[in-house]
Amino acid sequence: MTEVVVVTLIKTAIILFALLTAFAYLTLFERVVQARLQARLGPNRVGPFGLLQPAADGVKLLFKETSGPATRDRFLYLAAPVLSLAVAFTAFTIVPVSGPTDLVVLGHRISWYVTNTNVGVLFYFALTSLGVYGIFLAGYASNSKYSLLGGLRSSAQMISYEMSLGLSLVPVFIVAGSFRLVDIVNAQRTWWFALPLLPAFIIYMIAGIAETNRAPFDLPEADTELVAGYHTEYGGMKFALFFMAEYINMVIVSSIATVMFLGGWWGPFGILPGPWWFLLKVVAVLFVYVWLRATLPRLRYDRLMQLGWKSLLPLSLAMMMATAVVVVAVQR
Amino acid sequence: MLSDYFPLLIFVVVIVGFGVVAIVVPGFIGGHRPNAAADLAYESGIVPREGARRRFSVSFYLTAMLFIIFDVEAIFIYPWAVILKSLRWFGVAEMGVFVAILLVALIYIWAKGALEWGD
Repeated sequence: MTEVVVVTLIKTAIILFALLTAFAYLTLFERVVQARLQARLGPNRVGPFGLLQPAADGVKLLFKETSGPATRDRFLYLAAPVLSLAVAFTAFTIVPVSGPTDLVVLGHRISWYVTNTNVGVLFYFALTSLGVYGIFLAGYASNSKYSLLGGLRSSAQMISYEMSLGLSLVPVFIVAGSFRLVDIVNAQRTWWFALPLLPAFIIYMIAGIAETNRAPFDLPEADTELVAGYHTEYGGMKFALFFMAEYINMVIVSSIATVMFLGGWWGPFGILPGPWWFLLKVVAVLFVYVWLRATLPRLRYDRLMQLGWKSLLPLSLAMMMATAVVVVAVQR
Repeated sequence: MLSDYFPLLIFVVVIVGFGVVAIVVPGFIGGHRPNAAADLAYESGIVPREGARRRFSVSFYLTAMLFIIFDVEAIFIYPWAVILKSLRWFGVAEMGVFVAILLVALIYIWAKGALEWGD
């Protein structure tokens, strides 16, 4: 019992530190990659190659004055960013960063995940549903028109794409026969699911990008029309928590994509240890995120909703049935 | 079984604690200059004349209701997916009927214009 508590606390500290670092450097990574794609230099003044830029941004946000509309709902206004952040971080507990054998430290067997529940991916779906609350409550509690419109748009968008997100993973469940992420990665030892289930992978990525409100689906934060969407009235550290939640959600979507479709910790020829393959794949998916943002223009809102309901939903159902037929047909 | 969720509880407590600290601490170390203009909601420089909680488009309600209907049906699909290999053609046939009913519903709301936005 004590061992479980101590090990979990250490893991929590590592994940907290790792995800905060990932968040800080993902902001820099995004700015630098976008700058290069547009033939600019990007941030390069703070520290060598601009590597201390995230630290400078963090210190600035920490010392900002706290202010907000006087008519705000004070409790919900503060609860919303904490909820968004907690949901984003908690999703990482089910992700196995390596395997298949446990890590052995001083005679203790330590697993490569915080928890391996039998509901596995369903827990991730539950958390993405909860994520909607953080954003909607932020928009509602601010009592500002831009915030409310941003929150409404954002929640409608997120719930619409959540179905395609969930259904796009059903083919993986069919082939792997389990919800546990560890079992799903182990089933990909010879073939990554991204190869036979390519359409499902593409649907998952589109839905995942829409779910995290990133370009080209960044309607909730369409700065030309809604200023900053649901976090218009947030400043300083409270804004930083939303920002953190958004970037960590990108890391989560990339991690889940890695686990479900890209073979998780398995790499060809076994030349690198598991965690490095995992990291490499997550960074590759994150690069696609940034690349898309630098390439594609934003969708119109009605087009966005129609893409979700009229295209992705029927396509993910069709992909699901096709996988079921093929899997049963080739089964001995 | 339940012990799978115990580490999760520890994790959530630590993360929420981190979030609360991150919100409370800047209140003490950040500057504070009360200002009447800073208490107003931001409307691009125009002074807000009324609160923001007004009526909004019915499409948002419709989307929320359709989401509940379809998401609840999706819940039935997940357990089926895991045991499909032992259900075989019987499972495929059953889900075929289920998805067909789902598609009828989708075509109906599509034809009714519930998926259209604006006028």
